Amino acid sequence: MMLPLLASLFSGLVFGLGLLLSGMTNPAKVIGFLDVAGAWDPSLAFVMLGAIAVAFFAFRFVGTRGKSVLGLPVVLPGKHTIDARLILGSIVFGIGWGLAGYCPGPAIVSLGSGYKEAVLFSAAMVAGMAVYELVQRFFARHHAG
Amino acid sequence: MIDWPAFTPLSAFAGGLLIGVATALLLLLNGRIAGISGILGELLHPKRNDIAWRLLFIAGLIISPLVYQLFHVLPDATITANTGTIVIAGLLVGIGTRYASGCTSGHGICGISRLSPRSIVATLVFMLSAGITVFIARHIQ
Repeated sequence: MMLPLLASLFSGLVFGLGLLLSGMTNPAKVIGFLDVAGAWDPSLAFVMLGAIAVAFFAFRFVGTRGKSVLGLPVVLPGKHTIDARLILGSIVFGIGWGLAGYCPGPAIVSLGSGYKEAVLFSAAMVAGMAVYELVQRFFARHHAG
Repeated sequence: MIDWPAFTPLSAFAGGLLIGVATALLLLLNGRIAGISGILGELLHPKRNDIAWRLLFIAGLIISPLVYQLFHVLPDATITANTGTIVIAGLLVGIGTRYASGCTSGHGICGISRLSPRSIVATLVFMLSAGITVFIARHIQ
């Protein structure tokens, strides 16, 4: 039971170091990437390239086996349909990302860097996730009743 | 027009490689997707034996600046949005990523690496939506 937990902590740590090194934790740089019509900073495309270059092979490797190296089941997303929730959710997420320059990972990492804006953003983000949960539960009950 | 002084392809690519390694570790060792909105959001309807690994992954993210500082000064971060905008943005990111079942990490990195059509569409949509938002905020107001 201990090893998977250590693996989680280590993965989160390396993920955070990568976000810091890449420039993703600087909202001004993120907005510079999104501002294609202004003075455009294409750096963040290289973050995705680097990450996908490694992750692609990990997913290829896992695709051929059902268990992880530590013997845990491999949990992959079960949804395959492109529906309104996916599109509308992505539009809403994009508006928030463009307004502040923070997406979830960099916001959480910036908590550790001590930015009070990151604390505010993260609190609001968790509140938004809680709104989603409440709406889901309301409809589940409504539907069942 | 490219902002050449701001362009940092090497550190961006190196950071990306680290993110890829972290994603590969979580997948190969624990069988889990490194999608941050999902790891965080699923804690709001917790299931048995599915809590500790999420909290530890998030703890790893939070301590990463402290570890980074052992080797290097932390990179600059400039936040231009005011308090009200930050709160609205956070709410939208929280709601949107849960409805879309993923964010930049879950769809943008993991999903594209899996060649998932859903994630490729989601990534194109949130990039476009964010780009339009920045365009309106910077060039129209």
